Amino acid sequence: MGTSLNKLKEELRYECLSGKEWLGTTADGAYVSDLLSDVMGKAQPGMLWITSQVHRNIVAVASLKELSAIIVINERKVDQEVLEQADSEGVVILASGKPAFETAGELYRYLIR
Amino acid sequence: MKIEYYIEGGNFSTAGSASSEVKKTLKQFNISPLLLRKVAVALYEAEMNVVAHAYRGIMSVDIQPFCIWVVVEDEGPGIEDIGKAMEEGFSTATEEVRQMGFGAGMGLPNIKKNSDEMTLTSTPGVGTRLELSYFVKLNN
Repeated sequence: MGTSLNKLKEELRYECLSGKEWLGTTADGAYVSDLLSDVMGKAQPGMLWITSQVHRNIVAVASLKELSAIIVINERKVDQEVLEQADSEGVVILASGKPAFETAGELYRYLIR
Repeated sequence: MKIEYYIEGGNFSTAGSASSEVKKTLKQFNISPLLLRKVAVALYEAEMNVVAHAYRGIMSVDIQPFCIWVVVEDEGPGIEDIGKAMEEGFSTATEEVRQMGFGAGMGLPNIKKNSDEMTLTSTPGVGTRLELSYFVKLNN
């Protein structure tokens, strides 16, 4: 079924860093990994991707894999050029402001309730 | 229809652009989303291998009514032991590359899983050639 990114962002108080126009799309499950090939191999289209990677290659992975959004953890700072690329490719990047464990835990509770 | 893309070794800032372009092109054809995703994953991994290991490479994609042929050929150090390189978890990537989340030793296995046929040949000190084929089934 999926949950709207907009709703998810509001309820879990994520900050939207890029792709604001695409917040109307839905997310279906999530995958946690900092290994790009792992995400390429195992994540499913429509999933959220929780990661601490913030370099520009995450945009290509999310776009090619048709993920619903990238959730960067902690206070990881994403460079402006990465955000611009994400905007141009329609990739939503959200920031949770929390460590991976808390981010995944909250999200899990939210998605399976 | 045949298209070719140049891949620059070591340049992580433009990495992924060749596979993104191919995906955009393939989207214009009547190809199933599943096949499209398989091609996208395999090509991205192949492109990243060139970026992470080689000096330069060419990705050529030949789109035919019932099949897609891909050749990724690079000039680079080549692969000493292809059997070993195909093992999940084996990688010769540098520490710097690993810190970016690459070099997990999953690229070639991912390529194999995401292609109908895969042929990998290499001459150490010269370069590597990867051939992939996809069979476009009707009504899938």
